[in-house]
Amino acid sequence: MKILVCISHVPDTTSKINFTEGDTKFDTNGVQFVINPNDEFGLTRAMWFKEKQGASVDVVNVGGPETEPTLRKALAIGADSAIRVNTEATDGFVVAKQLAKVVQDGGYDLVIAGRESIDYNGGMVPGMLAGLTNANFVNTCIGLEVDGTTVTATREIDGGKETVSTSFPLVIGGQKGLVEESDLRIPNMRGIMMARKKPLTVLDPVEATAETAAVKFEKPAPKGAVTLIDADNVDELVNLLHNEAKVI
Amino acid sequence: MSVLVYTESEQGTFKKVALEVASYAKAVANQMGTTVTAVAINADDTSILGTYGVDKVLKVNDSKLDKFNANAYASIMAQAAQKEDSQVVIVSSSADSKYLAPLLAVNLNAGYASNVVEVPSSTAPFTVKRTAFTNKAFNITTINTDVKLVALSKNAFGLVENSAAAAAEDFSPSIPEFGVNVESVDKVTGKVTIADAEIVVSGGRGLKGPENWGMVEELADVLGAATACSKPVSDLGWRPHSEHVGQTGKPVAANLYIAIGISGAIQHLAGINASKVKVVINTDPEAPFFKAADYGIVGDAFEVVPKLIEKLKTFKAQQ
Ligand SMILES: Cc1cc2nc3c(=O)[nH]c(=O)nc-3n(C[C@H](O)[C@H](O)[C@H](O)COP(=O)(O)OP(=O)(O)OC[C@H]3O[C@@H](n4cnc5c(N)ncnc54)[C@H](O)[C@@H]3O)c2cc1C
Repeated sequence: MKILVCISHVPDTTSKINFTEGDTKFDTNGVQFVINPNDEFGLTRAMWFKEKQGASVDVVNVGGPETEPTLRKALAIGADSAIRVNTEATDGFVVAKQLAKVVQDGGYDLVIAGRESIDYNGGMVPGMLAGLTNANFVNTCIGLEVDGTTVTATREIDGGKETVSTSFPLVIGGQKGLVEESDLRIPNMRGIMMARKKPLTVLDPVEATAETAAVKFEKPAPKGAVTLIDADNVDELVNLLHNEAKVI
Repeated sequence: MSVLVYTESEQGTFKKVALEVASYAKAVANQMGTTVTAVAINADDTSILGTYGVDKVLKVNDSKLDKFNANAYASIMAQAAQKEDSQVVIVSSSADSKYLAPLLAVNLNAGYASNVVEVPSSTAPFTVKRTAFTNKAFNITTINTDVKLVALSKNAFGLVENSAAAAAEDFSPSIPEFGVNVESVDKVTGKVTIADAEIVVSGGRGLKGPENWGMVEELADVLGAATACSKPVSDLGWRPHSEHVGQTGKPVAANLYIAIGISGAIQHLAGINASKVKVVINTDPEAPFFKAADYGIVGDAFEVVPKLIEKLKTFKAQQ
């Protein structure tokens, strides 16, 4: 089984979100970048396939050279080789088109991406990639088993979950549940040393124009201070929720 | 030319999100001087869509489509968009809609903006406001393709009545191979789900143990709310994982979010920032949640919550 794991390079959740250049660019100053949490679950699931059933695992990112430490981290966790498509990830379509080329050239059976990246939260790339490569697609995937040519996946739906069967080629939009958080892997010293020697291939992008453009960012209006209500005066909360907030 | 909208139904009945996207589609159609066409798959009575501004309904009825299939549904939407010559296609932010939308975008060669929270500020260029950085910012986005695809965030626009006739027309698109087949569905029934809820009552580690959830459920019952929890609570197995809210859990865009015994860590807030009114009950006046909340009670949940339940019962009885 040939697996490709898509790795998005995103600001750590605790990052302060600021913008520069007249609120048109995300300010990366002092921001720590990490493997997108949804992708981390997928990467660990891929390692399990490798260890228990036999599989090769490549990782891929579409982005500039600044994303390489994130790819090296994925190699240190155990991926066999990494690919970086050298272009700015301007919108979901651009990223999906670059990935589609990698998938077609590499002949992957299974592509594991995250349900969404925690920067733009688009939730676009996995589905677009499936559409562009004519692969089957399972989104919000919380369980994945492969038995020969049969794939069984569990996916989260509103108010529950459902089990589906499908086959390769397959793209997954994954999340927590693919593995538990306690099973996520942290690179150890040996992994880090080995990662230095593993191949990281840089590819030129294919031609693709962005179909959407982020023209400006805004921060939510500063929130007013909390209205504190005395614990002995719960009536007042009911009154405020009804008359002021109008939510009950 | 009409604005096309996908209206989700379950067992023949439209979901609330369907009526919300219909309301939103009407506002967009008004801006563009055109009408709204809805696609309804296996829905019984489509007349209610008129109440929310839909002028025409393309009714697709086929038992093969009883269970949602992203590939097939995306193909049906694409065929409808071509038939109607739609330049704008609108879906909701439900799990199903966000599953089919990127496939539809490829099918229609449409630029796609998800998590949109307002009507377009301009339709030429087509400019929408969407959330980014897990609700810590907004991103003003233009869609530059001929056909535009928009996924509307839940509870962002609300229901707007707008009477129209909603003329129904049978539509028989070709149905492609499914590729992915549903084997079984495991769904909580008879309970408000986090995804549909307007009010969510959530408990954290401050509740000490699963045996204390009775009052959380009772409070939710009185309010017609869904129950939720913080991550440690689901990790400890006090509550099911499906209730875990936050960055690694479910997002909540409710009108009212009540957090009981939850500290308000940034990863938790990331999942609930999009909720409109936040109430926090916590013994610790320094809990970070008080900075994010609209209303707060510094107090012991075991004293405050039972009192709140009583007061709300009285209030509801008077309504
Ligand atoms: C990568 C990552 C992802 C994460 N994702 C999530 C996520 O998706 N969702 C999430 O929730 N967390 C997430 N977390 C964990 C998060 O950082 C916090 O640890 C968690 O939200 C804390 O949960 P809590 O507030 O229930 O528990 P605690 O931090 O233990 O807080 C309990 C609160 O209850 C109060 N309390 C105690 N007794 C009472 C009482 N009798 N009455 C009223 N109040 C009382 C205390 O004052 C305290 O504020 C994540 C962490 C990491 C590192």
